[in-house]
Amino acid sequence: MVALSDYEGMKPAWCPGCGNFGILRALNKALVDLGLEPNQILLVSGIGQAGKLPHYTKGNIFNSLHGRPLPVAVGAKIANPSLRVIAVSGDGDAYGEGGNHFVHTARRNHDITYLVHNNQVYGLTKGQASPTSDPGFVTGSTPEGAANAENPVMMAIASGATFVARSFAGDVNHLSDMIKKGLNHHGFAVIDILQPCVTFNHKNTFAWYQQRVYRIEEGSGYDPVDKIAALNRSQEWGDKIPIGVFYQMTAPTYEDQLTVLKSGALAEQQTDARLVQGLFSQFM
Amino acid sequence: MSFDINYMVGGEAGQGVQSVALLLGKALAGAGCRVFGDQDYESRVRGGHNFFRVRASDAPVKAIDEEVDVLVALNAESVHLHVSEVGRSGAIIYDNERTKGLPADPRLLGIPLQRLAVERAGNAIMTNTVALGAALGLISYDRSSLNDVLKKHFSGAVADENVAAATVGYDHARSLYKGSLAEIRVGSVANRMLMTGNEALSLGAIAAGCKFMAAYPMTPTTSIMEYLAAHAKECNLVMVHAEDEIAAIHMAIGASYAGVRAMTATSGSGFCLMSEGLGLAGMTETPVVIVEGQRAGPAIGFPTRTEQGDLLFLLYAHQGEFARAILAPTTIEDCFWSAVKAFNLADRYQTAVLVLTDSFLASSFGTVEGFDLSRVVIDRGAIHTDADGDPSAYLRHKVTGDGISPRAFPGRGKTLVVTDSDEHDEAGHMTEDAGVRTAQMDKRLRKLTSMAKEVTAPYFYGPEKADVLLIGWGSTYGALQEAADILRRDVSARVLQLNQVWPFPSEAVDAEIRRSKSTFVVENNATGQLARLIRSETGNKVTGNILKYDGRPFTPAIVASAVRREVS
Repeated sequence: MVALSDYEGMKPAWCPGCGNFGILRALNKALVDLGLEPNQILLVSGIGQAGKLPHYTKGNIFNSLHGRPLPVAVGAKIANPSLRVIAVSGDGDAYGEGGNHFVHTARRNHDITYLVHNNQVYGLTKGQASPTSDPGFVTGSTPEGAANAENPVMMAIASGATFVARSFAGDVNHLSDMIKKGLNHHGFAVIDILQPCVTFNHKNTFAWYQQRVYRIEEGSGYDPVDKIAALNRSQEWGDKIPIGVFYQMTAPTYEDQLTVLKSGALAEQQTDARLVQGLFSQFM
Repeated sequence: MSFDINYMVGGEAGQGVQSVALLLGKALAGAGCRVFGDQDYESRVRGGHNFFRVRASDAPVKAIDEEVDVLVALNAESVHLHVSEVGRSGAIIYDNERTKGLPADPRLLGIPLQRLAVERAGNAIMTNTVALGAALGLISYDRSSLNDVLKKHFSGAVADENVAAATVGYDHARSLYKGSLAEIRVGSVANRMLMTGNEALSLGAIAAGCKFMAAYPMTPTTSIMEYLAAHAKECNLVMVHAEDEIAAIHMAIGASYAGVRAMTATSGSGFCLMSEGLGLAGMTETPVVIVEGQRAGPAIGFPTRTEQGDLLFLLYAHQGEFARAILAPTTIEDCFWSAVKAFNLADRYQTAVLVLTDSFLASSFGTVEGFDLSRVVIDRGAIHTDADGDPSAYLRHKVTGDGISPRAFPGRGKTLVVTDSDEHDEAGHMTEDAGVRTAQMDKRLRKLTSMAKEVTAPYFYGPEKADVLLIGWGSTYGALQEAADILRRDVSARVLQLNQVWPFPSEAVDAEIRRSKSTFVVENNATGQLARLIRSETGNKVTGNILKYDGRPFTPAIVASAVRREVS
């Protein structure tokens, strides 16, 4: 039986009190709850404080370049679909540098779980505005205030992601539950994680989020099957911020549609130069 | 009697110039000829002017020839543009009912191509096939080879219509033309194939066990991604049309990390986007094969035209220092074997291997005498599995004498595979340690020393003792060899052609330059990039450069006249 002790990695180099600790705990808990062994998972990360997360847990790890974890994850997933592939990014990595990959990985619906540590600020480069910084957010790179903020939940739904959720690093149980749902989802699962940055974001703090976040299903209930309703709900951001599953649908993944993978992982299929013999006749 | 005949097919984009030329090439190859052809096309879908050259001989043909024997002009513009290239005893086939006002010329051979297509094959769409038949009617040629090609290329009633159209064109040309431009007296040859450089490269990749390709369409390498996509099911591979070139190379790296041979293909401006991935492969020691088909830059430049302007770019692309290899196939056949070699080098040295072609080689087509698949050796390099020891003790980036750390694959056992684009320790975890950094840098760069020991020796052509040494790389080999043949009457020339430019074969190049009276480096670029590389790697300054950067390939005649100018 896998235990939390199996997921002990290097000592984190994050700031004391960083929201990333909650994300790390939630991920490890989800993996243990699902009975997944470290050798069954592949963590692909980008650059930023979030990109360091794989080193602080256990698994197969590919810490890639800024903005590029998704295409690396896509290649690995296709080569060996038996791997549970988890991509890890920050908001700059996912929605800035890697924006094009985000849109198209969602569109193609690869079977990958994507954790985005969204702290609305660039931490590693010491405090510049990110694509999700609140409008008017004053930083070293935006002395007159940040421009409009990206809406990751809306972008994910509009791009074709088949599982879109938001959670909060300050609510480890909820986040862990979202990660489990994402890992159990067959298709591209995006989990945008509200993550307080205790050093560079003095606006969107733990207290700020705690006052605002609420479960999306609270009150009249919410059924995440209606795309238009999900898009409408994704607009809610201010005094109240919903967390939970905004949207989920069942659709064939990119990998499901590859005939070649029906006979097993590419990595397991033998190579044979004689395969090309049959191709020669078309040139004669 | 030996023969050497040059066809040119000209027309506008969308008129079927390519089909006529390729069928002509196949028909000649099917009759036992050796064939070489190239494509000259504009960056447009319709209109403009495109032309194909198809040369056939009983001897090996390595390059295009400038003097045209038969011009198949599918429009009037083709006559105006190319009449000066047609030899004095040549012929120009055109539709004399649809093309009026051409100046009188004894070489004009008017045939009502479209009317014959409608009358005999019942369809104006067969006009090009009538022209094809007519083109072959001018030589002593057994029409059955053409019929075989058409029956193979088309099916059912369409094949019959094409045979009828070709027959009427052939007969009509014979009735008008009293002679024969070439006596083709060779029988068909087993295993002889007609293919483009890109097709040979694609076949080589599949033969080498490539299981994954990701690419973004870009001339001149698009046909590689299309070929692999078309044959993905039968060859157990996956081709992903990525959202951009950055994604393409990173997908290939991800697939390779997970255990399969992986590649991408692009041209220079796509490679600009890939250069960050190139360094990621170097840092994470992940094998990847990148095909770069050069075209005339910078920026969009001439999108469909050829150049050799990216040599130093590929050599120095990406920040920092790491080992890479650059292969530069010289012929269509070489494209196949370079692909095979590239995958083996990539796996053995766990880094990026670049295959540098160009528009000319990518889209040239020629006969190859089969590929001996028993010569295809698949070497995946040093591999680590659970059977090799305690999985928890595995070090992905273990420091070794030759710099090669055995690779394990994720999800194939208990062994965890950890790697990082950050500087990392032997286990693959990020580090800030100066000593670890130095050890890992040294380890990664030691692979370059090992790789240099198995660099492909340059190819030589011509006498050992010669008046001039001509040095080229990549696709210019055919033109250089035939230039040496042309020059033989007045200047003896030896050709040294590199098919691997990095690691640089310094010793071989240095020795050859030192014993030559004069050395000229022939390159399809404006600044003499190979000449600079020779100087930096061997210390030799060559006598001169023969350069061409108008987007068009060298012909043997151009090289020969440039050499004559230099030595006179």
